[in-house]
Amino acid sequence: MSILTVSHLSKHFPLRDGRHRRTLRAVDDVSFELRSGQTVALVGESGSGKSTIARMLVRLTRPTAGEIRLDGTPVATGRRAVRRYRRDVQMVFQDPFASLNPAHTVEYHLRRPLRLHGVASGTADVRAAVHDLLTRVNLTPADQVARRLPHELSGGQRQRVAIARALAPRPRILLADEPVSMLDVSIRLEILNLVDRLKREEELAVLYVTHDLATARYFASSIMVLYRGQVVESGPSDEVILRPAHPYTQLLASAAPDPGSPRTAAPGGMRALRGGQQPATGSGGCLFRDRCPAAMDVCRTEVPEFPVAAGHMARCWLRQP
Amino acid sequence: MTLDSTPGTDVVLSVRDLSVVYDGADPVRAVRGVSFDLARGEVLGIAGESGCGKSTLAYAVTRLLKPPGRVASGQVLFRPADGPPVDLSTLHGEALRRFRWNRVAMVFQGAMNALNPVLSVRRQLADVFTAHRPELRRAEREDRCRELLDLVGIGPERLSSYPHELSGGMRQRVLIAMAMALRPDVVVMDEPTTALDVVVQRDILTEIDRLRARFGFAVVFITHDLSLLLEISDRLAVMYGGRIVEYGRAADLHTAAHHPYTVGLLRSFPRLRGERTVLHGIPGSPPDLSRPPAGCAFTARCPYAFDDCHHTDPALLTAHTTGPTTRAACLHYDPAVRPDGPPEALHAGRFDPDPGPAPSTGGAGR
Repeated sequence: MSILTVSHLSKHFPLRDGRHRRTLRAVDDVSFELRSGQTVALVGESGSGKSTIARMLVRLTRPTAGEIRLDGTPVATGRRAVRRYRRDVQMVFQDPFASLNPAHTVEYHLRRPLRLHGVASGTADVRAAVHDLLTRVNLTPADQVARRLPHELSGGQRQRVAIARALAPRPRILLADEPVSMLDVSIRLEILNLVDRLKREEELAVLYVTHDLATARYFASSIMVLYRGQVVESGPSDEVILRPAHPYTQLLASAAPDPGSPRTAAPGGMRALRGGQQPATGSGGCLFRDRCPAAMDVCRTEVPEFPVAAGHMARCWLRQP
Repeated sequence: MTLDSTPGTDVVLSVRDLSVVYDGADPVRAVRGVSFDLARGEVLGIAGESGCGKSTLAYAVTRLLKPPGRVASGQVLFRPADGPPVDLSTLHGEALRRFRWNRVAMVFQGAMNALNPVLSVRRQLADVFTAHRPELRRAEREDRCRELLDLVGIGPERLSSYPHELSGGMRQRVLIAMAMALRPDVVVMDEPTTALDVVVQRDILTEIDRLRARFGFAVVFITHDLSLLLEISDRLAVMYGGRIVEYGRAADLHTAAHHPYTVGLLRSFPRLRGERTVLHGIPGSPPDLSRPPAGCAFTARCPYAFDDCHHTDPALLTAHTTGPTTRAACLHYDPAVRPDGPPEALHAGRFDPDPGPAPSTGGAGR
C-alpha cells in the first residue's frame, strides 16, 4: 500500500508588472493524499494551478513551500534521489502530439525508461518488456506498433504509448494531467477506462487532473476542486458533484453541459470573469468573494476548512457550523 | 433524397447533395453528399469528430473554401426573406462579396488565432464596415463598433485593446460581435466554445441565445461536444466520414438515438448527475477519406455491422421507430434490407451488445 502525502504545498511565481513586483500564488497551501488503487480527481479551470500541482508532484517544478512524502519518507533532492523517486511517480501529459519525439519509434520511447530505471537490460529482455507494455495498453500487434513512428499513430494510440511509457518503470503513483482533453470524444472513454483498469490491476494510485466534472465523478473516488491555487472543496465524488457546498463548485456544476438531467440554475448573480485580469482580491480572505453572490464581510478574513459531511469539506464561511 | 424540415417552416438555407473534395495526389472526399435544411431562426447542431468533415461543410456553406478544397457537386441555396432564392455556387466577384458576411457570417474556431494579433479590436471591427458599408463616415463607424462591443457585453474602452490583452472568452465575444456586424440571416459557428472553460462557455452560450432571440438569425453550431448540442440545438445532424449519419430533432435524438455511431457517441459522455452506467467509447478510429470505404464508413467500428454494410452505402432514411422526423443512414433501418427493423440491443440504445464491468472506483459502489 503506497501513499503519496502532500502537505501544505505552495508554488509562488514572482511577477514583474511594470515597476511593481507581485507574487502569483499559483498553488497555495494544498494538502492531500494519494493511495494505491484509488483515483483522486483534481478539478479546476485553466489557470487554477492544477497542472502546477502535478508538475510539482513529479518534480518538474520546485515547490516554494510544503512537503511531499512517499510512504512517509520526504523526497530528497539531488539527481539520484529524484530519479529514484520518478521510478515510483510517473506522469502522463496532456498532448500526445507533443510528448512523443517525432523522430523516434515507439520502441525507442519505451526502451529508454526501461533501461534508465533498470527494469530490463539486455536486448531480448528489453524487447520482451516493450512487448509486454504495449500489450498492457492494448496496442496490438505489439511487434508492429513498436516499429512505428508517432506520426503513424492516431491521437488515441499515441496517448496509449505515453501511458505505456509512464508504466515502464513500474510506478506506484500515476499522475495524469488532462490525459484525454486533446482526443476525440469517442476515444476518450477508452483511454480513461484503460487507466482505470491499470489502476485496479497494478494497484496504482492515480491523480486525474481535469476540467471535466463528469469524467472526474465517473472515474475518481474523490474530487478536489481548485480555485486560484486553493482547494476550495473536496470530498467523495458523488458528494461534491451532487451536493456541492462551495458556491464555486455550484457554479462549475451548473455550467457543465448535462443533457441527462434538468439544469440547476447557477446561484443568482454569479458570472464568469469578464476581462483578462484576475480580480483584485489580495491575499487573505476568500479568493472567490468577488464573483460570489453570497459574499459577506467575514469573507475578507481567511477561510478555514469547514466540514460539510463525512470526508467532505468546503472552504466557505457559509458552511461555518 | 431530400431532407425537408417540418413542412411549412420557413427555410433560409437548403443544402442539397453537397460534396467537397480536397484535390491532391490522394484526393480527400471530406464531405460526401450532405443535405439539410436550416429553418429561419433555428439552431442546427452539427456533431462529429475531427476529420468527419464538419468544418469543411461550414466553409463550403459560407463560400470560404480555399483551394485545394472545392465543391465537387451539390447545391447550397440561400432563401432571403425578401427575394428569390440564390444559388451560392453561382455567386462571383461583387455579388459574392455582397453576400458574404451580409447574409451568412461565421464565427471561427479558436478565438486565439482568428483575430489578427497586430491590429486593435477597433481596426478589426471597423474593417467589416469599411469593406461592406463604405458609405459610413468615420464617426458612424466608430459608433457602430461601440454598439457591437456593447452587444456582447464588452466595454468601449476595449476598442483600443489588442487581442493578446483580452481573455479567451473576450476574444470569442469579439468574434461573435464581428459576425453580428451586418445583421446576417445565418451565423455559422465552428467550435466557438471549445477552447474555453465551462463557466465562460456557459456565458458565451447564453450570450448567443440572447442575441438570437433579439435578431432572429439562424445558427449552424458545429462542435464535437454532442452533450452540449443536445442541450442547445433545435435539430441535430451527426456526421461521420463526410456524411450525415443521423438527423432529427434534438429532443428525439436524446430519447432515442438510431445510428450505432450516435448511440456510441452518446455513450461516450458520462452523465454529470445521473446514474453511473457502463461506458465504453467507440473502439477504433475514423476512416481515411482519401479512400472512402465502399459501404458504410462506420462498418469497421460498428458492433452491429453485417455483410451488406461492407459494400452498400446506406441512404439517410426515416427511422420508423420513433416518428417521422428522425433519419438514420444505417442498413438496419432500411426496410428493404431489414424488414424486421433494427436488432433489439440497438433499439434499446446499447452500443455494445455485450457490456463489461463498470469502473470499480465509482462512488456508487461505496
